[in-house]
Amino acid sequence: MKFQRIVAIARKEFIHVFRDPRSLAMGIAIPMLMLFLFGYALTLDVDRVPLIVWDQSESPASREFVSRFAGSRYFSLRQHTDNYQGIERAIDNRDALIALIIPVDFARRIEAGRRADVQVIVDGSDSNTATIALGYADAVTLDYSREIIVQQARHQGLPPPVALLDLRPRVWFNADMVSRNYIFPGLIAVIMMIIAALLTSLTVAREWETGTMEQLIATPLKGPELIVGKLIPYFTIGILDLILSLLVGDFVFAIPLRGSLWLLFGMSLIFLVGALSLGILISIVTKNQRMASQLALVATMLPAFLLSGFIFPIDNMPLVIQGITHIVTARYFVTILRGIYLKNVGLGVLAGEAAFLVVFSALVLWLSIRKFRKKIE
Amino acid sequence: MELATDTHNGFAVTLRNLEKRFGDFVAVNRVNLDVRKGEIFGFLGPNGAGKSTTIRMLCGILEPTAGSGTVAGFDITRQAEEIKKHIGYMSQRFSLYEDLTVAENIDFYSGIYRIPAARKNARKEWVIEMAGLTEHRNSRTAILSGGWKQRLALGCAILHEPPIIFLDEPTSGVDPISRRNFWDLIYQLAGEGVTVFVTTHYMDEAEYCDRLGLIYRGELIALGTPGELKSRFMAEEVIEVLCDQPQEALEPIEQLAEVKHAALFGRGLHVVAERADDAIPAITARLKELNLPVNRIEQILPSLEDVFVSQIESHDRKEAPQREVAS
Ligand SMILES: Nc1ncnc2c1ncn2[C@@H]1O[C@H](COP(=O)(O)OP(=O)(O)OP(=O)(O)O)[C@@H](O)[C@H]1O
Ligand SMILES: [Mg+2]
Repeated sequence: MKFQRIVAIARKEFIHVFRDPRSLAMGIAIPMLMLFLFGYALTLDVDRVPLIVWDQSESPASREFVSRFAGSRYFSLRQHTDNYQGIERAIDNRDALIALIIPVDFARRIEAGRRADVQVIVDGSDSNTATIALGYADAVTLDYSREIIVQQARHQGLPPPVALLDLRPRVWFNADMVSRNYIFPGLIAVIMMIIAALLTSLTVAREWETGTMEQLIATPLKGPELIVGKLIPYFTIGILDLILSLLVGDFVFAIPLRGSLWLLFGMSLIFLVGALSLGILISIVTKNQRMASQLALVATMLPAFLLSGFIFPIDNMPLVIQGITHIVTARYFVTILRGIYLKNVGLGVLAGEAAFLVVFSALVLWLSIRKFRKKIE
Repeated sequence: MELATDTHNGFAVTLRNLEKRFGDFVAVNRVNLDVRKGEIFGFLGPNGAGKSTTIRMLCGILEPTAGSGTVAGFDITRQAEEIKKHIGYMSQRFSLYEDLTVAENIDFYSGIYRIPAARKNARKEWVIEMAGLTEHRNSRTAILSGGWKQRLALGCAILHEPPIIFLDEPTSGVDPISRRNFWDLIYQLAGEGVTVFVTTHYMDEAEYCDRLGLIYRGELIALGTPGELKSRFMAEEVIEVLCDQPQEALEPIEQLAEVKHAALFGRGLHVVAERADDAIPAITARLKELNLPVNRIEQILPSLEDVFVSQIESHDRKEAPQREVAS
């Protein structure tokens, strides 16, 4: 490999990028747009679930019960009603996701120390939110009923009953359980994967299409020189995207970075080599810009979104698909970024993932060098 | 590099039974050829004849199906990368980067050819001057006219001063003045001892070459200097017929027994016959019958085009029966 030739290729490739607004947009603007869009839109938190209440009891006890819901940050009381149609309408219109129906004898039964059944209706069309909302409702109810028991015991002069089991939750790593803190590092990984491969997927194919490659392969230029030279500008763009992402994470979304910035950088650079080389490999094999960009999109976008654990937890997937995720590079990078961001873990814990990235990047780079032939087929 | 060339008895290019097939289709059919050092060798042929395919094999960018060859003393199949160090190649399609400026394209190729820093600037200025691009050195290549682009492409291909250059239809689609200028450059290079292997389908350009090869349907059907081709390959005689309606005269003339074939040529016809003395009276008589006035009819020295048309015709005549047997 000759330095002079690599520099010549890299310089020319830089000029292409800077003179082509489309590649600048794809390299910088689109990743930032994705970051903001998903950063704002993608949240798995369920709060202020809209609530509708049909209080048939209309007693102090029932009003107190409802106020427990209304006062919690998880629910927001939107409406009162006095019939089923009201509930149906509210849920159909998505004015409410959950409905409480308090029976007429609610207060009487409680006073008598008997069980009162409160009906909860929940819109199951978004099953994830529904499950979480039900969990919240359960917790609010349990809390209220425990309080009543304690009160009644006190009235009767009895010692308050002691709950035998008491769960004391303490959340580590993402103590406020803000899902954005969890999503954001994965988002960086996914965006870098897609953009990197897309950017480079055009470069070699474009030269075959315009005919400039025919001239290049008749010179003493070597394949590795061409590929390394072509990687350099896109590598630079990738680093720029990473820095911008970290800044957006810090200043716009206030995502705390607990681990080492250097480790994060090191891992990202290794990952970038792999993702960029994958794009080049696709470009070399297809020799056709349209096919290359479509293939790059399919090869990176789908696995990165669906199989990396970025949104959908891998543990919940069927076993076969879990198996497949092991060959999805983005999965390892998502794990690494999350580990560094949220848990401040080091190479000791991430060794497996890091090793995979190194092997993957080296393999794809090697493959693209092998596949590039200075011949017209 | 001198060593390698010299060891091959002064031949810059030698081809032995070179063949290229694309599937069943034979694009280049067992071509044998020697090109001497310092020669301007013209490779002539109609569209699809196999010129580009041959030149690509010589440049080491296309694998031959069979046969062998050397360029600058290096084997075209086994030492393709060595060849690439010793040649300049200008492909048929314009192949510089249109979004780069003139100077940037030159800088790029000087990097690729690793021109030493000390010589880099001098070479760059030489190319810019040679291509007449002094005022456009910082213009995007895309805005240049065809003639400028082609001279710039030539300049980039010879930055490293290769002893052999391959030019694939370098002047196609360029105005006549630019073509002249381009050929002046080729002469200048040949004067410095560079071997020039150039394809073309312009007959006037063919006359500028030291030697010519005519390729047709993948086969080399004639080879020699322009003078040799006109005398040796042209056993028949050529008659020029100038008349007002040459299209209408063509058919009847071709049907005459004394005539081998005829073709439209400028504002008249060129008629090939075994003996002009027999054919001229026959043609005159026939055209008179048809009421087609003749302005002039006389035997002329054959042009290269006559030679090629006649060679192609006789090649087709030889091939036709074989093809019928085959099918
Ligand atoms: N890669 C390829 N695959 C299949 N056929 C090919 C390929 N390259 C060339 N051919 C065919 O081989 C024949 C010779 O092509 P070539 O380009 O060598 O012709 P040429 O003499 O350069 O013609 P032109 O004046 O049009 O440039 C043509 O019929 C062409 O279609
Ligand atoms: Mg051609």
